[in-house]
Amino acid sequence: MPTFFEEKELVTPGDLLAEGEYMAGENTYRENGKIFAARIGLVEYENRRVRVVALRGFYVPRVGDTVIGIVVEVGFNGWEIDINAPYVATLRASDVLERGYRPQKDNLLSILDIGDLIVAKIASYDRGSNPRLTINEPGLGKVSRGQLIKVTPTKIPRIIGRKGSMISMIKRETNCRITLGQNGLILISGRKPEDEQLAIMAILKIEEESHTSGLTDRITKMLKKEKEARKNVQT
Amino acid sequence: MSKPEKLLDKKGLRLDGRKLDELRPIKMEVGILANADGSAYLEQGRNKVLAAVYGPKEVHPKHLALPDRAILRCRYHMAPFSVEERKSPAPSRREIELSKVIRDALEPAVFLEYYPRTSIDIFIEILQADGGTRCAGITTAALALADAGIPMRDLVVACAAGKADGKLILDLMDLEDKYGEADVPLAMMPGINAVTLLQMDGSLTLEEFEKAIEMAMEGCRKIYEVQKEALKAKYVTVKEETEE
Repeated sequence: MPTFFEEKELVTPGDLLAEGEYMAGENTYRENGKIFAARIGLVEYENRRVRVVALRGFYVPRVGDTVIGIVVEVGFNGWEIDINAPYVATLRASDVLERGYRPQKDNLLSILDIGDLIVAKIASYDRGSNPRLTINEPGLGKVSRGQLIKVTPTKIPRIIGRKGSMISMIKRETNCRITLGQNGLILISGRKPEDEQLAIMAILKIEEESHTSGLTDRITKMLKKEKEARKNVQT
Repeated sequence: MSKPEKLLDKKGLRLDGRKLDELRPIKMEVGILANADGSAYLEQGRNKVLAAVYGPKEVHPKHLALPDRAILRCRYHMAPFSVEERKSPAPSRREIELSKVIRDALEPAVFLEYYPRTSIDIFIEILQADGGTRCAGITTAALALADAGIPMRDLVVACAAGKADGKLILDLMDLEDKYGEADVPLAMMPGINAVTLLQMDGSLTLEEFEKAIEMAMEGCRKIYEVQKEALKAKYVTVKEETEE
């Protein structure tokens, strides 16, 4: 039962990863007892499971994910939200109001208008129907301030880091509130625009170098250096 | 260009100095269009091809959507300045046919069943043509698909073999295609050893045909290596920089 690559080696679609008693994990597929890569990424062999951590990909909704979306349409009994996925998500008025929706009295536009940004959770989704969102949880709802950036959705776990080590470090160093959407949209709001700039710099660097090792240390160093440099300019 | 007297010289070399089984110099780059989800650029001899991929995304018009899988749409287009005499930019009969042929060659590689009710759109633009653009288009489009992060069974790569002045040749250029005796374009997924496109124009004996397929497959395998390197290039340089 051989494997054909080293741990964390860069693979491309069609690369033969393993043969025999292995299970095909994420971004791989199995054919005739052989496991191949389906995306460009880094291969990982975990026990009997082979998976590829994708470097390029798009967001596919999963129930329970926190996402950031933009209102693209206001309908009769709800909104349509662009969540940067192959499918447009819906948000129902009755879910937002937490009671029956009365078309004569309630004005949807006064709650959310086209172009508004929301933080939401995927409430339900399957192959047959488009995802449905909910904003009835603390921390969810309309976004009023901050900066929005877009990264490749497959790199969100890397930005979070092991047990949240990376993201909490960035939050600590830059004093920013950072909301990560699993769909690749990230909302950053800090007290000063410079803080936000610093956090954006760090996140874009992670996106660029997500496939390299020792990244948390490098980002910490970079943030400390940048902060020093900015202090010196001020004084 | 007018018809050359001979396609092979006394030494058995071709018009551009290549040996019978030699590919044209080939160069590829990935991710060069910021507004597309995936993109690739290829130069193969004097061919210059650009490919862009969008999707998976909602299908418009909606009635084309399939309940159990994504649809793959493909447009092969030659720029008006891609050939010697200005080509009308409107899609010709040939371009519409090639769009379909290229789509059929790429379809087996893509896991369409993962994303029902969506579409994946491919745009192939021939900026400069010098024979074998359908093959170049397939190779470029496959790279753009992989760059868009669309799950694939393998990269698809295409290459032609043919016959000129009685000899079998690899990777035909325009004049060899026009005035040669036969042209056999072939697309395959070398990683899983599957052919996705096989056409023939002209006439060959059965033995010649089999030999031509062998040659085209060998050419495909060589281009496949370049393709894989092109896809990895961006990440390899970043990695090297950080390790310094």
